[in-house]
Amino acid sequence: MALTNQRVDVPVIVDESKCLEKCHACIEVCPLDVLVKNPETGKAYMKYDECWFCLPCEKECPTNAITVQIPFLLR
Amino acid sequence: MTNTQHLKTDVLVVGGGTAGTMAAIKAKQANPEAEVLILEKANIRRSGAIAMGMDGVNTAVIPGNSTPEQYVREITIANDGILNQQAVYQTGKLGYEVIQELDSWGVKFQKDTYGNYDLKQVHRVGKYVLPMPEGKDLKKILARQVKKHKAKVTNRVMATRVIVKDGRAIGAVGFDVRNGDFVVIQAKAVVLCTGACGRLGLPESGYLYGTYENPTNAGDGYSMAYHAGAELTNIECFQINPLIKDYNGPACAYVASPFGAYTANAEGHRFVNCDYWSGQMMLEVWKELNSGKGPIQLKMTHLDEDTIAEIETILWSNERPSRERFHQSRGENYRTHGVEMHISEIGLCSGHSASGVWVNEKAETTIPGLYAAGDMASVPHNYMIGAFVFGRLAGTNAMEYVEGIEHLEPDTDWLAAEKERIYKPMQNPDGVPHTQVEYKLRRIVNDYLQPPKNTHKMDIALNKFINYHDTLDLMGARDPHELMRCMEVHFIRDCAEMAARASLYRKESRWGLYHYRIDYPEKNNEEWFCHVNLKKENDNMTLFKRPVEPYIVDVNLAEEYDVKVTAN
Ligand SMILES: Cc1cc2nc3c(=O)[nH]c(=O)nc-3n(C[C@H](O)[C@H](O)[C@H](O)COP(=O)(O)OP(=O)(O)OC[C@H]3O[C@@H](n4cnc5c(N)ncnc54)[C@H](O)[C@@H]3O)c2cc1C
Ligand code: SF4
Ligand code: SF4
Repeated sequence: MALTNQRVDVPVIVDESKCLEKCHACIEVCPLDVLVKNPETGKAYMKYDECWFCLPCEKECPTNAITVQIPFLLR
Repeated sequence: MTNTQHLKTDVLVVGGGTAGTMAAIKAKQANPEAEVLILEKANIRRSGAIAMGMDGVNTAVIPGNSTPEQYVREITIANDGILNQQAVYQTGKLGYEVIQELDSWGVKFQKDTYGNYDLKQVHRVGKYVLPMPEGKDLKKILARQVKKHKAKVTNRVMATRVIVKDGRAIGAVGFDVRNGDFVVIQAKAVVLCTGACGRLGLPESGYLYGTYENPTNAGDGYSMAYHAGAELTNIECFQINPLIKDYNGPACAYVASPFGAYTANAEGHRFVNCDYWSGQMMLEVWKELNSGKGPIQLKMTHLDEDTIAEIETILWSNERPSRERFHQSRGENYRTHGVEMHISEIGLCSGHSASGVWVNEKAETTIPGLYAAGDMASVPHNYMIGAFVFGRLAGTNAMEYVEGIEHLEPDTDWLAAEKERIYKPMQNPDGVPHTQVEYKLRRIVNDYLQPPKNTHKMDIALNKFINYHDTLDLMGARDPHELMRCMEVHFIRDCAEMAARASLYRKESRWGLYHYRIDYPEKNNEEWFCHVNLKKENDNMTLFKRPVEPYIVDVNLAEEYDVKVTAN
């Protein structure tokens, strides 16, 4: 089957300058398991656009690196 | 090659949310020597409906404010008489102890200046709502207690099936949603606590995860109990909620109405006199919207500044704290704008309505060794305290049951077949993405099952859901995370078929909008004062009537749950 990669606006933004390489706090608490580390940079990012805008990731980030926006379709 | 992990425990709890964490704690309290394992798809620290806590307890029966008998009477009328009163009575009787225990663990409930629980009236009769303005860390506190009680936890493993042998539950299988391992757990008893089916209908926004329920709860437990051979009940009594339009979360009238807020039509007039969520309330909302008097709103603009500020503090720090940024991004404010409300898509959830796995007052399902608690277990209007109470009952009773019981070896052919079923999408990484397969399925749910229900439409739906097995076979997954979503779509399909069949079977209308049938618009107690149960028999979904259990509290059933405002 033919697949295409579509561009989407993802709700979770990580400020890479604030993200700590050794930390996994947001990744561990996300109930939907949509955040991962970029293996090249060691920074967290939203890999899957499946977000409940529930905020544990943002609340548990030790450096306030995360901003959760309301997903575009609902905003 | 897929790696296989074998685990063994005495009591297995599937789903470490509200009910599941309590089940594990109570099982350990009943026998600290025995092994208890929680299997959790996410991480118990922040999973499920209460990931960010709760605004309040919706069903607190506190001495001096109400009695278990009054509570049973209220729920009996709200649920149109169809319930096992003995089960509902448990929530009324044990809820107070649960609240006291949570309090002793550091969960904060609102108290008055004398130190008494500060209850509010939201129901038609009686005070049952106990605010929790500082409830946001509820889940962290529960996770700490799980650890303290030495219950084991395996996070990020999704269960897919209960293992049944010789007619009893002997474990579960699933897979690690990060490394893809196949996981087989042998247990002497299994407690299912996987929450609601929150991804049944499609939200109007079109965003698959923009649901009222935590979208990890995709009806997993409904489907697993069904395939284990357990009975499910009241599935046609859908969950439909009045929610913030687009945001699709609670507004939340239970918090705001004790402060003087109310649900109003576009002209600002009240049309319901009680904000407690019921099918009858939802029918009034539906009528109002269809009479051209909408949009409807939760109105707070008439309240003073201090009151609004207090409401904001509660709503913006607990439960669904992103409400704040939702309103702000639209330039809206409780002082100047009503909160526009809409009717949600359908779901299955006994926490709010009644659909679930049939359980008795001991949280036992119809399969020996299989227990269920929380939103997926049918104890009508059970909400958070009911989830704790039934978690407690399930944990305690499961531990009692395992005494003297031996582990049984799962059947190897069955395990091999289940493994093949799970990993099929991984064989086909370029198959149709789960997002598209799920979108179409849930769009069909909206088109044909959203009340008012109509026989012709539901016949079409049923046919489409049966044929959807072929569509599921087209799905492809590129990693274990996508595989998790694929398996969830399987659960959603099962729930959709149950919802269509149960709705077709009950040929009357009941529970307001939840089961409003255009072709059978009246309630018919003569033929339908009964549960509609279903189960898997010889690979077929069989439906049948189950008599309502004898009442233990007298209720005048002629009394309607009428919330309509007549003069406006
Ligand atoms: C937005 C919202 C607001 C609410 N407000 C209130 C309120 O103010 N007051 C009140 O009393 N009640 C309220 N409720 C209801 C109450 O929160 C629920 O009834 C209760 O928390 C349900 O508990 P549960 O254990 O059944 O589900 P949950 O707490 O959701 O737990 C289910 C758990 O199962 C896990 N899981 C799911 N599938 C699998 C699987 N296949 N394998 C392994 N694990 C799995 C999930 O990750 C989750 O941890 C609200 C609910 C919501 C969604
Ligand atoms: S808001 Fe919730 S679902 Fe979204 S990334 Fe953060 S923790 Fe995950
Ligand atoms: S919690 Fe914050 S610092 Fe830690 S990984 Fe996530 S974004 Fe980076």
